[in-house]
Amino acid sequence: MKQYTNTHEWVELLEGKAYVGISAHAAEELGEVVYVDLPSVGAAVTAGEPCCELESVKAVAEVNSPASGIVDAVNEQLADSPEKAGEEGVWIFAIASPVLAEGLMSEAEYLASLE
Amino acid sequence: MAKRTALFETHVALGGKMVEFAGYDLPVQYSGILEEHRAVREAAGVFDVSHMGEFFFEGDGAEEALNAILTNDIRGMTDGRVRYSILPDEKGCAVDDVLIYRFAATKFMMVVNGACVEKDAAHVAAHLSGCEFSDVSDKVSQIAVQGPAALAVMKKLVPEELLPAKYYTFTRDVPVGGHNTLISRTGYTGEDGFEIYSRNEDIADIYRLVLEAGKEFGLIPCGLGARDTLRLEAGMPLYGHELSQDIPVDEVGLDFAVKTGKGDFLGREALMAHTPEFERIGAKVAGRGIVREHCDIYADGVKVGVSTSGTHSPTLGCGIAMLRIKRGVTGALTADVRGRSIPLERAEMPFVKRK
Repeated sequence: MKQYTNTHEWVELLEGKAYVGISAHAAEELGEVVYVDLPSVGAAVTAGEPCCELESVKAVAEVNSPASGIVDAVNEQLADSPEKAGEEGVWIFAIASPVLAEGLMSEAEYLASLE
Repeated sequence: MAKRTALFETHVALGGKMVEFAGYDLPVQYSGILEEHRAVREAAGVFDVSHMGEFFFEGDGAEEALNAILTNDIRGMTDGRVRYSILPDEKGCAVDDVLIYRFAATKFMMVVNGACVEKDAAHVAAHLSGCEFSDVSDKVSQIAVQGPAALAVMKKLVPEELLPAKYYTFTRDVPVGGHNTLISRTGYTGEDGFEIYSRNEDIADIYRLVLEAGKEFGLIPCGLGARDTLRLEAGMPLYGHELSQDIPVDEVGLDFAVKTGKGDFLGREALMAHTPEFERIGAKVAGRGIVREHCDIYADGVKVGVSTSGTHSPTLGCGIAMLRIKRGVTGALTADVRGRSIPLERAEMPFVKRK
């Protein structure tokens, strides 16, 4: 089940790893993503801190990590198809042994926060 | 609060995402910047450019008076021709870049950038002598129909003999849906295209007619986002980025529009005494990444300039940028993008040539 940050990332725990992506709302605001600066596998990320960047034609958006831990995998298909980063449910990177940020919201709470 | 063009309600009804630009609420995009960009490269698009300003210069001395405040030479133009020029200041820098339309030897129109209308009007009033000057910007609207299918679209609305046949020419008193227009074969995309000027009250109807006529050719409404990616691919400068009152006009690669040999004009003395220190060049990102404006540029580790504009080129699929760097620099260039060093390759402009 996805949980959301107030900076529009989602995180989902699967088999002990935290998969991270951006919300549909964030994707809509950013516009078509044309470049993803993926984090490095093995890099340490900190909950609430920026760890990678998405660029659309018009803007740059930082992705804040919804969890602390070590980057275990990155979604390599985004290197060639960056526009997929804005698609529903597409993950950007995964964190091993994650410690989730505090104050994450359920999908219902997140959607209510956008009202 | 930002001003609204006569097409504001039209943009909102079409789903345009409105932003403030040049003091106006204008659409940055409708369907998406990439889709709009592709439409203009492969079919056609229509833009609201009503924020642009229009000045008139009239009287027996108009040609001479205007020539004294422009870098380009407008003598030798014939009626119905358009010419690009820089409007210089005393220092030889650009107050604006403009298009000059010759109606007659005694009547010219100057089209100026939306963000510069008030500044330009004050500048012109201070330096012009020998003809009448008027600013009709608030009464005139303008749309641009751009792309390889632009001619086919326009031919559905106007008999071909009433359209300007050549690039940088215009025709007047052209009826479009019963409205009086001026149409020039000009644009800011690098594609064939037309710019249509009308009274504010007529433009919404003309815009609707263009959308209807263009539907079968794939014409779609386009916003400021695509306008910027298109002009960048075309290597065209944007005032406030490549041109400003801090950049001498002999450093911007627009020598075709700077005629220091034509006789005296405002800023000529400063230019004659000036040795250009910088130049404007094009560059592509060698790998992945996007270099936007205001990135420091290095050659072999030494700072040599800045990027003045940059984006992702939808046509080339890579980052492109215009740089202002020291002349004579030969080393390998890199851009500092938020602490990352991005390798650049020098590139000829236009980055994308018309098919």
